Amino acid sequence: MFDAHPRFPELPNAPGVGYKPQHFQNIMEDAGSVEWFEVHAENYMGAGGRPHAQMRMLSEKFPISVHGVGLSIGGEGPLDPEHLGRLKHLCEWLQPTVFSEHLAWSSHENAFLNDLLPLPYTKDTLTRVADHIDQLQNTIGRQMMLENPSSYLAFEESTWSEPDFLREVANRSGCGLLLDVNNVFVSATNLGYDPRDYIAAYPLDKVGEIHLGGHDEDEDEHGATLLIDSHGKPVVDPVWALLDHTLALSGPRAILIEWDNDVPDWAELESEAARAANALSQVPA
Amino acid sequence: MTVTQSDFRNAVLNSDLPAPSGLTDGSGQVAGKRFDVYRNNVAVSLSEALETAFPVIAKLLGEENLKGISGLFLRQSPPENPMMMHYGAAFPDFLRSFAPLAHLPYLGDVAEVEQAMRRSYHAADSSPLEADVLAHMPADQIENIKFEFAPSSEVLSSSWPIYDIWAFNMIDGAPKPRAESQDVLVTRIDFDPEPHLLPPGGAVFVSALRSHKTLGEAAETAANSDENFDLGACLTLLLSTQALTTATL
Repeated sequence: MFDAHPRFPELPNAPGVGYKPQHFQNIMEDAGSVEWFEVHAENYMGAGGRPHAQMRMLSEKFPISVHGVGLSIGGEGPLDPEHLGRLKHLCEWLQPTVFSEHLAWSSHENAFLNDLLPLPYTKDTLTRVADHIDQLQNTIGRQMMLENPSSYLAFEESTWSEPDFLREVANRSGCGLLLDVNNVFVSATNLGYDPRDYIAAYPLDKVGEIHLGGHDEDEDEHGATLLIDSHGKPVVDPVWALLDHTLALSGPRAILIEWDNDVPDWAELESEAARAANALSQVPA
Repeated sequence: MTVTQSDFRNAVLNSDLPAPSGLTDGSGQVAGKRFDVYRNNVAVSLSEALETAFPVIAKLLGEENLKGISGLFLRQSPPENPMMMHYGAAFPDFLRSFAPLAHLPYLGDVAEVEQAMRRSYHAADSSPLEADVLAHMPADQIENIKFEFAPSSEVLSSSWPIYDIWAFNMIDGAPKPRAESQDVLVTRIDFDPEPHLLPPGGAVFVSALRSHKTLGEAAETAANSDENFDLGACLTLLLSTQALTTATL
């Protein structure tokens, strides 16, 4: 284990955005209401070049959140020791303010599927996920935050609700939680429950960061609405309303706008962040 | 009903299989189209990764054809780890062996150039060799110099005009490819990799230097391989493209 010593020890309770290299010049000139940035860990695992150079400069000025998308924390098999090593190396040279990963799996039997695949909420999954988080936290020498998924289907074998499952994982492993409010809205719509019930059951005291993003709308074969977490559009009004509801219960938090596909120009992305700043300004500190 | 990750993975990669049983829409109905969301996410994200990685192959085949071919490739060779920046290492060989593409026999070698460019983009940084270092070497020792190359440099040899095909598809106004075999040196000044056409004997020369032969040995090997080998032209190319990092006696 090594000692984490980030330049910025905490994320501010302010808007951040997912960093895209095409916005680098705009950000360095004037980041507007954006006070921190999140990057996908796996995009900075090369040996050098422009990604590293930009990240060195960005991390001088702003708190950085490293968000892993490939560790497969929910995988049935053991965590990939090589990938753990890459994450450790990244945290050592970049010294991010926070690190987060997903309640999902993506690798199985030497195939990485490049998507966040769903898990049944059972005793076995709980034990495995908590053990894997423990292993990761020991490797990178810091606490991580675990993010709730977008769900398109449910497992018959599940015996836990998702908020209770996440609370128990956090209790056992000592991890924090990352609450994706858009994912809550997507899952609640797809699986037919009230997103406010989910927020009410969620351990908000463990939440260190909130995510917001856009989704696509489709229908399943029975005509039911099927929302798909696409990160390719503005955040919709009902998700902003759910954010307000959440912040009223949780108090102010760091809020990230995720926009990964059909990435807009900086002005449009910054205006989404400004809307998050406005939502935060309505919350008593 | 337990759904194993093997069941899930196999069904995600093979749309002829039904969705694993034990998955529902949340109100008891079997997950059909809902499972397809994952199938689609996996196929689209991997196809897009290949399209981004191989822009020249995408132009040569057309977007729709590449999508179809990517769909076959990703099921046969899904990524082996989360390093998507390197996904597609097996794609050149796939293109070479895919019978319906036998009439485009140069695709695999062109894809190798694109792979090398991507490796170069993510390679470790290094400081280029100053040109005057050579001028300060004792004249009678020049032939004994050995060089180290930048991690971002690579050499590729082909019996196809791989440089011309790359340039014709990526540089506005580049001439039509000549009917000849070509060798390419990939280098990176600062952050953007570029391919360069190696002159006759150049690939033999550079490969010899990269395996730590002396300048004299490498030049002799290259001259024996091609009577048009031009030592000055090759050295100038290596220095001007910042392919070299150190020169030692």
